[in-house]
Amino acid sequence: MADTATARATGPGHPAPVAEATGISKRFGATVALRDARVTIAPGESHALVGRNGAGKSTLVSILTGLQQPDTGSLRFSGEPAPAFGDIDAWRSRVACVYQRSTIIGELTVAENLFLNRQSAGAVQPIRWKQLRQRAEELLAEYGVAVDPAARARDLTVEQRQFVEIARALSFGARFIILDEPTAKLDARGIGRLFDKLRDLQDQGVAFLFISHHLQEVYDLCSTVTVYRDARHILTAPVAELGHQALVEAMTGESAATNTAATSTAPAARADSPELLTIDGLTLPGVCENLSLSVRKGELVGLAGAAASGNVQVGEAIAGLHRAKDGGITVGGRVVRTGSVPSALAAGVGLVPEDRHVQGLVNNRSVAENATLTVTDQLGPFGTVLPARTRTFARRMIRDLDIKTPGAATPVSALSGGNQQKVVVARALATDPHVLVAIRPTNGVDVKSKEFLLGRIRQVADGGKAALIVSDELDDLRVCDRVVVMFHGRVVAEFERGWRDEQVVAAMEGVATPAAGAASASFTASGTEAHGR
Amino acid sequence: MSATTDLTEPAASKAEPAAAETGRRGSRIDLGHFRDLSLIPAILVLMLIGFIVSPAFLTADNLIGVLQQSTELSLLVLATALILICGRMDLSLESTIGVAPVIAVWLVLPTSGARFTGLGLFPEWMAFPLCLLVGVVIGAVNGFLILKLRLNGFIVTLGMLTMLRGLQVALSEGQSIVELPSSFTYLGKASWLGMPAAIWVCAVLFAIGGSALAWLRHGRALYAIGGNAEAARTAGIRVDRTVWIVLILGSLLAAFAGILYSGHYGSISATQGSGWIFQVFAATVIGGVSLNGGKGSIFGALTGVLTLQLVVNVMTLAGVPPLWNQFLNGAIIIVALIISRFASGEKQE
Repeated sequence: MADTATARATGPGHPAPVAEATGISKRFGATVALRDARVTIAPGESHALVGRNGAGKSTLVSILTGLQQPDTGSLRFSGEPAPAFGDIDAWRSRVACVYQRSTIIGELTVAENLFLNRQSAGAVQPIRWKQLRQRAEELLAEYGVAVDPAARARDLTVEQRQFVEIARALSFGARFIILDEPTAKLDARGIGRLFDKLRDLQDQGVAFLFISHHLQEVYDLCSTVTVYRDARHILTAPVAELGHQALVEAMTGESAATNTAATSTAPAARADSPELLTIDGLTLPGVCENLSLSVRKGELVGLAGAAASGNVQVGEAIAGLHRAKDGGITVGGRVVRTGSVPSALAAGVGLVPEDRHVQGLVNNRSVAENATLTVTDQLGPFGTVLPARTRTFARRMIRDLDIKTPGAATPVSALSGGNQQKVVVARALATDPHVLVAIRPTNGVDVKSKEFLLGRIRQVADGGKAALIVSDELDDLRVCDRVVVMFHGRVVAEFERGWRDEQVVAAMEGVATPAAGAASASFTASGTEAHGR
Repeated sequence: MSATTDLTEPAASKAEPAAAETGRRGSRIDLGHFRDLSLIPAILVLMLIGFIVSPAFLTADNLIGVLQQSTELSLLVLATALILICGRMDLSLESTIGVAPVIAVWLVLPTSGARFTGLGLFPEWMAFPLCLLVGVVIGAVNGFLILKLRLNGFIVTLGMLTMLRGLQVALSEGQSIVELPSSFTYLGKASWLGMPAAIWVCAVLFAIGGSALAWLRHGRALYAIGGNAEAARTAGIRVDRTVWIVLILGSLLAAFAGILYSGHYGSISATQGSGWIFQVFAATVIGGVSLNGGKGSIFGALTGVLTLQLVVNVMTLAGVPPLWNQFLNGAIIIVALIISRFASGEKQE
């Protein structure tokens, strides 16, 4: 593997790279998280690291920040070998990191958060609060963060908290900072301000490793991009030289150009069949505005979008989990009261929730109980739940969905991920819904189960119902008759069967490719447009 | 590291113009402190009521009596406040207050010649340090079970509560122990400068605890751990070790409370401390310490104890039949919670 010119821009006269990782491998049990991976960040550079889920980005971050030890490979900061594993202070003086999860403590003041565990010089030396607030004020002023150091951190906005985290991370003296999906929780204007801040810092000579799922942000902010795929380093190139198409191809693999959506034998839904699910001008505060979507009888529609796009919330809103500010949802001609799960159930909506562990399963209870949770009213007279009827019902579901379980009484926690997910799907189907909403239905399941589950959902649609798959996985979307793509709360593209991977990925990442055709007209790169620099 | 210190140097000169601003901030901080003082008005109202219902209330004897009765409870409250702030719970404190003195006395008392026969392993003056040592051991065992074996703290300490109570009954054969070494009872009985020594000691312990939590890094670490243990860990705080120390400290305080209590009444009763934990939690929580951790102050917890004790005292003076005490105690706890909920404007969850 030869390095590209940019990756090794450290000829004579150039300072050593702020961070350089070579030949990094890391495995967790049987899974290989990183295979001979590398990355080089030059001083003052803004370097993007992109890749799909499971590409090894997070593992690289934890290795670069000293939270995990690589199995092989070497790590150098500014030409010097990395500090000893476990020497937190030494690591922090070389590399700063703003993690995906907030490490701000809400009950403490901003000042104390900034200097947590170093409020005073020594352990027995009393903290001088006035001085601490002053130091905090200076630190915040240095990075141009307009936050009152005496305010309680919980009263800050997400954006302010992020700025505080950045200031704290840099206050240890590092000139290199890793930002792990910093824009995921921000709105468009917040992202704009964050980028302004980052550019300011870059002018001060701080180098970045910027991790994001939104490729447009990479184009806006970064000068160099490194792509990881399947635990490997794929390429490193200047952003300016790498077109959208090439970048998406690098992320999705060789298949991007050749692999078109698999053709299905199922007949496409007739355009004249009635609409079973209609979303009209749906507005969910902070998620989406004036969103319209319809699914016809016999149709399977994919609602695609990246993490912050709001597609999951829209799916959940159909099932009555979110109250809409405006707009309506109609199922089979019946208006569903938004924010009411019973109303959605009565109208005939079945939901496969996003996270089966949190929203889906009662882990220590049996397969039978879990599968029949939505239909307890059918299991006996006068509100009773008859064990015999539950068992019969559950056996039918187990057969129907080919759930591999020792028996109906086995606790679901003993099942494999794929079979657990089948139980969740079984439950959604138990009510015989008119509209099935499946959110990331193949999340964390093996290939075999994945195929089966998608086939079963397809079957629901073919049986004269309507189905909506909410997902960012291309495999899930491939079975759909039609894919609607959301970005930052609005529909930006729509694809009929026969789309190519990179078209959908580009639309999800907020990059309008020419291939997206007419759909791109409605796309506006909200908030991530280039700032005049 | 050095970057921050460098930044501080030149800024010292800039501090003067910012003084006005800091002054404004200063007043806001004070307001933050008032949250801990939300029970002070309640205490004042109680004292006013006490003054109205009985002339005996506002006498030095009565007030010192209230304080003296608060001492043992307040030490458990101090322990519970520390433990709750770092997000844990220890129910076994109420048994430690009884079992620690019993074990200590059992180890030192002679094998024959008295109603209660001990082992006579140590000289009598050792009773005091042995009692504290028992507290340390109990705390360490709790910490081991909760932090090393990762057992549920609530159930572990509930089990410990029952087990230690049983141990006390077994060792003392269910009877009160009255033959106590004089060194053991000294602190509970003695009077310094016209006030019971126990009050002085408690005041000092509260001052130390409150100061440590306000001005020491390790004290502040408790808030960080209780607020977000993961964030505390990334900030370099040794979370498990700190929590373990706090649990040990808590049991140590409970054992010490046991010494004061035994000294005060001149005997170790078989039910010493039994049922206290509810009052302890109530006092701590109405004093503003959050059951979810990361919130509250030692001073607030102290006002919680005083409020509860004053209520009991005022009711006694007002001639409320003692049979109604329990009912009113519970009612007061709920009323106090409602008041502090709306005084602070925050949900208690």
